[in-house]
Amino acid sequence: MKKFLKRFRRKKSKSKADKQGTAATAPLLDEAQVWDFVGSQRGAKFNHLVAASALDLGQRRENNEDALLCLSGVLDTTSNSQPLGIYIVADGMGGHRNGEIASETAVRTVGNHLISKLYKPLFGPEPRPTNESLREIMESAVDQAHKAVRKAAPGGGCTLTAALVVGTQLVIAHLGDSRAYAITRDGRIEALTKDHSLVKRLQEMGQLTGEEAATHPQKSVLYRALGQGDTAQADIFNSSLPNPGFLLICSDGLWGVVNEDDIQRIVNATSSPFLACHHLVEAANAAGGPDNISVVLVRLVN
Amino acid sequence: MDFKEGDLKYSQLKQGDLLLDRYEIQEIVGMGGMGAVYRARDKNFKAIRLVAIKEMISQVTDPIVRKNIFQIFEREANILATLRHPAIPRIYDYFAIGERAYLVLEFIHGKNLEQLLSETQSFFPEEQVLSWAVELCDVLDYLHAHKPEPIIFRDVKPSNIMNTLQNHVALVDFGIAKVFESGQRNTMVGTQGYSPPDQYRGEATPKVDIYALGATLHHLLTLRDPQLEAPFSFGERLISEINPNVSKEFSAVVERALEYKPEDRYESASEMKEALINVARKTGTLLHLSIPSAQPTTRGVGVKPLWSFECEDELRGSPNYHEGTLFIGCYDNNLYALDASNGQFRWKYPTDGGIPGKPAILEGNVYFGSEDKRLHVVSAISGKVIWTYYTEGPVRSSPRIAEGHVFIGSDDGYLHAVSTNNGRLSWKAEAGSPVRSTPFVSDEYVYFGSEAGDFTCVDFRGDPRWRYKAKRAITSSPILADGAVYFGSMDSTLYALDANSGWVVWRFRLGKGSISTPAIQNNFLYTGAADHIIYCIDTRSAKEMWRYTTDHQVTGSPIVHRDAIYCGSVDGGFYCLGAASGRLRWRFQTGKPITGTPVAHEDMIFIGSTDKRVYAFLA
Repeated sequence: MKKFLKRFRRKKSKSKADKQGTAATAPLLDEAQVWDFVGSQRGAKFNHLVAASALDLGQRRENNEDALLCLSGVLDTTSNSQPLGIYIVADGMGGHRNGEIASETAVRTVGNHLISKLYKPLFGPEPRPTNESLREIMESAVDQAHKAVRKAAPGGGCTLTAALVVGTQLVIAHLGDSRAYAITRDGRIEALTKDHSLVKRLQEMGQLTGEEAATHPQKSVLYRALGQGDTAQADIFNSSLPNPGFLLICSDGLWGVVNEDDIQRIVNATSSPFLACHHLVEAANAAGGPDNISVVLVRLVN
Repeated sequence: MDFKEGDLKYSQLKQGDLLLDRYEIQEIVGMGGMGAVYRARDKNFKAIRLVAIKEMISQVTDPIVRKNIFQIFEREANILATLRHPAIPRIYDYFAIGERAYLVLEFIHGKNLEQLLSETQSFFPEEQVLSWAVELCDVLDYLHAHKPEPIIFRDVKPSNIMNTLQNHVALVDFGIAKVFESGQRNTMVGTQGYSPPDQYRGEATPKVDIYALGATLHHLLTLRDPQLEAPFSFGERLISEINPNVSKEFSAVVERALEYKPEDRYESASEMKEALINVARKTGTLLHLSIPSAQPTTRGVGVKPLWSFECEDELRGSPNYHEGTLFIGCYDNNLYALDASNGQFRWKYPTDGGIPGKPAILEGNVYFGSEDKRLHVVSAISGKVIWTYYTEGPVRSSPRIAEGHVFIGSDDGYLHAVSTNNGRLSWKAEAGSPVRSTPFVSDEYVYFGSEAGDFTCVDFRGDPRWRYKAKRAITSSPILADGAVYFGSMDSTLYALDANSGWVVWRFRLGKGSISTPAIQNNFLYTGAADHIIYCIDTRSAKEMWRYTTDHQVTGSPIVHRDAIYCGSVDGGFYCLGAASGRLRWRFQTGKPITGTPVAHEDMIFIGSTDKRVYAFLA
């Protein structure tokens, strides 16, 4: 562990992250393993979301335009045991400081809206499921964030991949080319989201080959993004958490340079999301780290 | 050896005849020069498995020649056994009885292209013929690439091409009959009009099949039967002159396949397939190729039930199938048990009220509710009563069996959990209003709706876990998939709730209320509503994928079987729709509204109608 910390610090100073004030989650104990152990000992019904995140400047960028939110909890009562989680990655774009303002505004607005909508039904005097559907809550969150970004960063915009976990439900809102992946323990990795990138779309339509797409000059042009256009046309869908497995949300700073198979292998090499996040950032930096790297990794321990 | 004319004739097998004590003949589905093709049921399986049995009768009497013929036949059957292609029927068995040899093959539902040609009133759409052509090139290419020897089909023509209910094509009649024939007379293999000149010289190369495919496509596009025309006269009947709707590009491909000299035709079926795909690209029909394209209007008109059985009053409930028997409750107060293969009456069991639900079967017993307030349990074999259980109101819910209990709702306002062993009540959960919805039982919980609009989740002790309130009645029965429960309500909403907590994941607005129970397959949900519509909804995005409008309310529930949706409507129609496209495949009109849900078993679909009849169809 000590050796790992050392290696980690060395990397950070190289990437100027300290100066920029961005910080990555420090590696902690392998808590998931501890919980695995506790869970198996108690034999009781047990539902916890174990999540970790990392945000790194990368090797080439002077500023950070990514933002993320990683919030997990559990509401355990006699009648019910309900994991709750909000996980967001946004990757900004646009001149001046518009990119970073956009991503920060998006993450704050979506987080705020989701929490306020869930607060009363969960913690009010008569806790009961809200009458608004999770999908509707997510829709209005994206809507508000879209307006907020247009106001705070005119001309700027950002990607948004936001996941809300309530009980066994996973609702995802997605715009742009950050990605959510489901990774299973048996080594499968599946992108849950579709990139809203022009090149990707051309590739899907058979107009470009995989090779042409990889080297296309407009590789990073998005046809949908938060803060761009009159309305946000987010993909909103529900799914269930991979179980046993992981939910990974990341910006293109990771998936653009580390291939899916390697991502899967790194994640599955440890049961700790904390360690896995750092290995992912390391891998992206080792591959040149051309962009900011955001990673949120979630595991349901039960 | 002399034959008299009469000796050459042979008698066909009749319905009910048994071959090898295993294959029960149902019907003659085709006649050839050498024998008949039958649809038969493989009795080795309790499940209803249909097969095609092709009969070949050798008229050779010399035992040595006959033996040779059978050896060639056997070799061919063994080649067939190694083939794996979606457009080639699988071979299951072959055997000989006396002078007759039999092949047991996969039964392909549908019509052959010759039948479609004889029925059609107008030209087939170009994209339809194009998609068949691409599939045919694909299967020919597969055969021609066979190792060690290429397989030359030698007799491509409309009557040897089946059009399946899924609108794909399959090659049938693998020239095995021709092996027989060649042992007897030394005639050319092939069919005049479709065969190229080189085939008359005894050549069997891939180019022979390419020509015959060209001739077949020419026939499909022009509706001119080449058998009625001078041989090799396609050059005098240009496609564009007869059917101006066909694109130049497509005509050019067909005409090149029909070149007189083999060297002028396509080199291979794969080359021709490429050319066809290019045509599709140019004419913009490529997008339609991968999905089942428009069905010819002649489809489905001739759909007839395999059998039907008349009861004494309306059938409002739903049938269930178990080991060769179909069980269905009727408003003449009886539960009927019918032989599922032919609709023959086995037994009936009288109750004192109408039977609206769907029976459940466990360990040889049939469970069902009746409006006489009772849950009845009778022996599936004999129809003798095992036990009955009284509730305090009519039972309109259907039973679910799990964990040694039968769960059933009643109009008395309770969900009852009754031990399957002795019919004693373990607990009942209060709903506050009649429970007509059929409970869904998961690993941990039981879910059900009530007429006051409450949706309740209770655990296996009957203790409530959570409750959700809809604005109006929930008669629809919930279904659970991927951690969410789905059900419709009379408040015109389709709900998806988290199964664990009752949180609303999404809501989908229907045109009117629904009491239909959703069916789910591969993240697609199918349900009906009083707005006459059958909906298909993506459960992940809550978006409508397609809708099909019937002529009246859809109060029964759809089922998914293979790649099709089956659903009845109050308009009396029984509908078969493509699951992916929502396009009508066929419709059968019963005499009165259909309010029940069909049940599928293997190749068969069963449905009851308020015209008092139970119908069985081929899936």
